[in-house]
Amino acid sequence: MPACWIITLILLALRGPAPAAGLEAVDTPNDHGGTVALSWAPPAEGQPDRYLVLRAAVEAGPFDTVAVLPASALRYSDSDSLTDGQPYYYRLIAQAERWSREYPSAQAIPLAQWFHRGKAVVLVFSVGFAAIMLLMIHHARRGMQLYVRPIAGIGAVDEAIGRATEMGKPILFVPGIGEASEVATIAAFTVLGRVAKRTAEYGTRLIVPNTYATVMIIAQEVVKASCINAGRPEAYQERDVFYVTSEQFPFTAAVNGLMLRERPATNFYLGKFYAESLILAETGFQAGSIQIAGTDELTQIPFFVAACDYTLMGEELYAASAYLSNDPLQLGTLKAQDIAKLIVVALVIAGTLAVTLGSDSVVRLLDIVQ
Amino acid sequence: MRRLMVWILGMDRRIIFLLLALALVLPLLFPVKLPVRVTPEVKKVYDMVDGLQPGDVILIDMDYGPDTMAELEPMSYSIMRHVFDRGARFVSTCLSATGVSLIESEIRHIAQEKGKTYGEDYVFLGYRPYPASVILSMGQNMRQSFPIDFYNNPLDSLPLMRGIRNYADLRFVMSVSSTSGVDYWIMYGHERYNFPLALGVTAVMAADYYNYLQSGQIEGILGGLKGAAEYETLLGQGDRAIIWMNIQSVCHVLIVALIVVGNIAYLATRKRGV
Amino acid sequence: MKRQLPVFLTFLCAFVLTVQFFVPHRSFEQVYEVSNIWLQILGVFTILIGIMSLVESHLQKIRRRQAQWQYSIITIVGLVLTVAGGLFGSVEAGSGGIFMWMYNNVLNPISATMFSLLAFFIASAAFRAFRARSAMSTILLLAAAFVMLGRVPLGDRMSAGLFPAIADWLLNVPNVAAKRAILIGIGLGEASMALRVMLGIERSYMAGD
Repeated sequence: MPACWIITLILLALRGPAPAAGLEAVDTPNDHGGTVALSWAPPAEGQPDRYLVLRAAVEAGPFDTVAVLPASALRYSDSDSLTDGQPYYYRLIAQAERWSREYPSAQAIPLAQWFHRGKAVVLVFSVGFAAIMLLMIHHARRGMQLYVRPIAGIGAVDEAIGRATEMGKPILFVPGIGEASEVATIAAFTVLGRVAKRTAEYGTRLIVPNTYATVMIIAQEVVKASCINAGRPEAYQERDVFYVTSEQFPFTAAVNGLMLRERPATNFYLGKFYAESLILAETGFQAGSIQIAGTDELTQIPFFVAACDYTLMGEELYAASAYLSNDPLQLGTLKAQDIAKLIVVALVIAGTLAVTLGSDSVVRLLDIVQ
Repeated sequence: MRRLMVWILGMDRRIIFLLLALALVLPLLFPVKLPVRVTPEVKKVYDMVDGLQPGDVILIDMDYGPDTMAELEPMSYSIMRHVFDRGARFVSTCLSATGVSLIESEIRHIAQEKGKTYGEDYVFLGYRPYPASVILSMGQNMRQSFPIDFYNNPLDSLPLMRGIRNYADLRFVMSVSSTSGVDYWIMYGHERYNFPLALGVTAVMAADYYNYLQSGQIEGILGGLKGAAEYETLLGQGDRAIIWMNIQSVCHVLIVALIVVGNIAYLATRKRGV
Repeated sequence: MKRQLPVFLTFLCAFVLTVQFFVPHRSFEQVYEVSNIWLQILGVFTILIGIMSLVESHLQKIRRRQAQWQYSIITIVGLVLTVAGGLFGSVEAGSGGIFMWMYNNVLNPISATMFSLLAFFIASAAFRAFRARSAMSTILLLAAAFVMLGRVPLGDRMSAGLFPAIADWLLNVPNVAAKRAILIGIGLGEASMALRVMLGIERSYMAGD
């Protein structure tokens, strides 16, 4: 009998420590299909040198090794040639120099999902926001009067153009260093259209340097159309709306040189700006220009505030088109934005109060949506 | 006295430039090493790297060019040294066109210092345009964006890359960047593929990413030269960022002194009705 | 038709890509990948248009002998040399090719210089802007001074750890609170702008009225 105990102990020692928990295999949630997520806990005793992940298409095998993982790995995502809807069987072996231990096998069927459940909250808010917006547009169409608070930076646009005309100096418009797909760049085009129309009417030169060729092409079209709308198509000068470079600081150097050579009366910096914001604004200040800036880049707003005469902060830049056009449809979208902001603020206050009072009801509400 | 105050208010900015240049150059000639206080966000990054086991692989994305290398290069050096010291390995990318050659030379420098072998201990994938789509496609399979590495080797010919398919095979991603690529790593990388992400960014950018730190979307952050100096302090290797940090100390004190002097002049002249 | 077709195409692309955001299925992922590939292809062609614009504008300056036209010659020569160096020489570090020589000896110092200008401009802008004109501007001034001193070792040493504590609080509490508020506004503004573009209400990007 004691011999049996000794043999059992030896066998157990050779088998190694038992794993703390089994291997878990699940279809990776919210994914495009073709992947299985494996996870496991380390063996209760002993540190393995590596893990071997084996896979088979039928339960009886044969099993092929699909990955050899370091000892620190406790999860693995298998995405190697898996077919959706087909079951796969996994085995995991923890190996050390003197022992190895196989985990109980697990099975999973990879599938592709048609909806990302983690984005349910985003969907609910997006649909809600779109509904509010359509409602406000509907009201605006029916003649509802909508008030928009004055924005100093936008109000100063005409004054700045007038100043340049009186001084007989050009106007510089930098539509940021972002691509044409950036919302800030699209907002900049709106103000550019307004500025170009006015400069065409007054016969003032407008210079627009660009970082991306796509931005340049759109800027050229915007300026050209504005000149035509102003009844002065001959005012459009293609050479004044040009490409410089898509590199940040070479672009900055080029625009700085332009400012010091041309000494524009007014500089507009509207769009996406990064570290070059202050370099541009300080050079413009040195050149004695009136400066109007606007960006949605949070870190650059303080620099513009410090060095420019007017600054459009974040959403004020996006509101520019609605404000300048005075189009009821666009104003309706601004109102929808205000209502959505009220809802967000209410949620923030409710969440803060709830958490402060030790309740997680608001968090759970969002989880239920999820 | 009044004339002096008026002169200070209208001081030629070139005098400020000159004072700042002196504040930069003098500590460089006579370097001092004041101790740097380590912040929790840097300690978290350090702990992540320190927790790596031999054989583990991480991705270090280094997106910067010569313009911001002064701030970010010391971070990259410390991270790479630490990874190698842990016996871990890394795959690296550069999603900034002007930085590729710089990053390549930085990686080679540290690899030579630590006696590491290309293809086994580290791999440099190089540059591909459009960071958002590169980050997304690497989540499927790194070979989609990088069928070959920077030196034109097929990825599967490199021993390190044989077990590496996508982010799931990496312990975490570290992005040392001065570009908007950081946002893509958060939005398209972390949010979509749910890997742990740590950042190293310039001081100007750092304030923007504290939001993500508090919300748990990033694990830790090295902000500017200060972050790099803190990491050097924790690692006990390298002292470039620590020395440069003291140069920055003198500059900050000078700027605060200028603001104080400017305000004294402003208040004095305002009372006198100037 | 000239106006309606682009608006329809914009709506269609925006709608498909919005749906794609919520659908992880491979078929939609492929839509996203294909659109990215198209973006890259278009990007390459627009680079050509950009280079043409650059060359044309500088050649015009040289032809017309405009102010400082000599710099335009340097620009064009630089462009040709960089392209030729990259096409015919090695771009690897330590290769000794002309491309890497230009990278190390021209681009590196120029880029570093441009970025370091920021330090000088921040100093002069701070001197000019931070004045105690009102209670609010005094708060701004004090916050700036505490953050500047609190983020460097000398400030730590001067205040026995007080400045870093104040700076950290300023960065983590009021700074983050204000930034989150602005970010929420920006997020809603972006969503609103995106919907305006999708619905064809905002047409400035297509030179609309």
